[in-house]
Amino acid sequence: MSRANAPLTITGGRLLLPDGSIRAGTIRCEGGFIAAAGEDVVPLGGDDVHDAKGGLVAPGLVDLGVFAIDKPAFHFGGITRAGLMPDQNPPLDVPARVRFAAQSGKPDFWVHPLAAATQGLEGKALAEIAMMRDAGARAVCTGRRWIGDSGTMLRLLQYTGMLGMVVIAHAEDAGIVGNAVATAGEMATRLGLPSAPAQAEAIAIARDIALADMANAAIHFRNVTTAAGLDLVRAAKARGARVTAGVSPAYFMLSNLATGAFRTFTHLSPALRCEADRQAVIAAIADGTIDIVASGHDPRGPEDKRLPFADSAPGMAGAETLLPLTLSLVRDGVIDMARAFDLLSANPARLLGVDAGRVAPGAEADIAVIDPDRPWIVNSDKMAASAGNTPFDRQPVQGRVLALFKGGVAVRAKKAMA
Amino acid sequence: MTPPEYTYPEGALAFPHRGLVGIAGLAPHQIWFLLDEAEQWVEMNRGAQKRRELLSGLTIINAFFENSTRTLLSFEIAGKRLGADVVNMAVATSSVKKGETLIDTAMTLNSMRADAIVIRHASSGAVQLIADKVDCPVLNAGDGQHEHPTQALLDALTIRQAKRAFNGLRVTICGDILHSRVARSNILCLASLGAEVRVCAPPALMPADIEQMGVKVFHDFDAALKGADVVMMLRLQLERMEGQFIPSPREYRHLYGLTLERLALAEANALVMHPGPMNRGIEIDSNVADHVERSMITTQVEMGVAIRMACLDVLTRKGRKMEGWA
Repeated sequence: MSRANAPLTITGGRLLLPDGSIRAGTIRCEGGFIAAAGEDVVPLGGDDVHDAKGGLVAPGLVDLGVFAIDKPAFHFGGITRAGLMPDQNPPLDVPARVRFAAQSGKPDFWVHPLAAATQGLEGKALAEIAMMRDAGARAVCTGRRWIGDSGTMLRLLQYTGMLGMVVIAHAEDAGIVGNAVATAGEMATRLGLPSAPAQAEAIAIARDIALADMANAAIHFRNVTTAAGLDLVRAAKARGARVTAGVSPAYFMLSNLATGAFRTFTHLSPALRCEADRQAVIAAIADGTIDIVASGHDPRGPEDKRLPFADSAPGMAGAETLLPLTLSLVRDGVIDMARAFDLLSANPARLLGVDAGRVAPGAEADIAVIDPDRPWIVNSDKMAASAGNTPFDRQPVQGRVLALFKGGVAVRAKKAMA
Repeated sequence: MTPPEYTYPEGALAFPHRGLVGIAGLAPHQIWFLLDEAEQWVEMNRGAQKRRELLSGLTIINAFFENSTRTLLSFEIAGKRLGADVVNMAVATSSVKKGETLIDTAMTLNSMRADAIVIRHASSGAVQLIADKVDCPVLNAGDGQHEHPTQALLDALTIRQAKRAFNGLRVTICGDILHSRVARSNILCLASLGAEVRVCAPPALMPADIEQMGVKVFHDFDAALKGADVVMMLRLQLERMEGQFIPSPREYRHLYGLTLERLALAEANALVMHPGPMNRGIEIDSNVADHVERSMITTQVEMGVAIRMACLDVLTRKGRKMEGWA
């Protein structure tokens, strides 16, 4: 047995257990899986032993819907797995590309490719979804775009329902959004930015929930960012529909006021919403309407961002700030620590159908040792990510990853973790 | 009407801005100062000697990334009448067409040691982006749907000369408010000076929450005209309108065209304005546009040169190490 595959025991930590409790204890991993966790667990001879020094022993984050494989940023952020958006160049719409992408992070990072729903992500002809599933795709995704043709969307959902795969949808009615880069309102009006009403989201969600009902298929909305959209998801869940929802921290941290002075790092898709919608996102995280918080990691250099606002590319580098920004909800009393890791790890792992995202015997040994209170300041010039396009530049945050393990093996962190 | 009285401090404190990116951020007395400064150039431009060597030796670059005839010409004449070396960079002949980024173009212009750069660009915020990167004063000659500050200033000067004061003055702006930088700058400028600003357009051409900018919103042109002291018509950009925003030009005229009959709904001595170029017979009828007593359209063009001279003069004072400004 090579040194890298020696069993791992993490001692002296506070274990975040699946029942939501946090208890001092030890965790032992063997063969890439968690073998035991608890107060009475002890390391055996030949184990690699890591002293957590009182840190929180939590599941590695599972980041659903990233646009680039950016390992230094993911490792900085405690992310051990990511669902890769099909919006690659070329798109993940054939089995060979899916198979390649699925291997691209190993051994210290696992990429779960999301299969393009339609060929070329054009929203017209269905892609070879079953073959991509068997090549390693864990879910189906419409990409950055909404499928405008309701007939196509219905047939997609009927097909994925049969295959037992969830469709991850972008929820914005494209006809209403057009070329908009901002949410309609006073800020967009003052800045003279092309804008679209926030209701474009609710309209898309209403249609897609109805279609998913008809097809008896599961649907996940990657970013639900408005009060009206969240109300629809909440109501659908209440009657037992197979609907889940996600959001990125930007939508509970920022409103469209942040776009003042044409800051292109705040150019996101969907566009930032009004303050009332931001509050609605926080309420939906608290009441369980939102299931997943994900980074939407999309590093973009100056060639994409140092442009006039409407000409710049949307997206932000979010992997490094996913954990601390979500932990801010814990400090604010919106959610508890256990729920934070449901949002960041357990729920996205369940959606992808992987046995990870929880600190329990039998699960894959993806472990992040975390100091949830450690303060640091986001600095866009010194990011681990391949580009520093964060709207949270210079913002003080709390929560740092002290050590990261993928499949029971320590991940060598780049020195970028300043 | 209360008399127009704004006092402003001496020297550079009268206008403590590096450039002119928008009306937003200007205090009322700073707007007033620019209007006052322009008056001398109105006088001079009407005389036989139309040149004063105030900016002699200075280089002004007009960088127009979007087509323009009248604004470019107006800035060029303004610079030349002040004795500056004026260079026009038109997009069709520039390396922008070869894929150079806006920032790279701006840095290039900066390295050529311009003393002022005048910029027009099709994207909102583009002028601010350049202003943040270059060392010299930047003047916004229109950025996307954001601002066109010199247009608002020349409109204010036109109105001030005819009406003397702005307090309580009712100004109706009618047309494609959604896509209009002229409307935004005029709203900010006129509201700041105390006028009551009304905007009128069909819902599809009205920006969301525009009443937050301190205007009254109308969809019925006749109602918007009632009691108006100034009627400002905007150009309908036909190429992007038809079918999407309005059914047809003649239907637009049916609801929003300024005819002589409609003009009668406004105050008896109401002014008619238009930033040009006009679509005669669509947003404005010829007999209104050419109305000798009421139409200010040619006066606006005249004021445009004076306002741009004032802006170029004021913004280069620091660079020229003028007393009180250096």
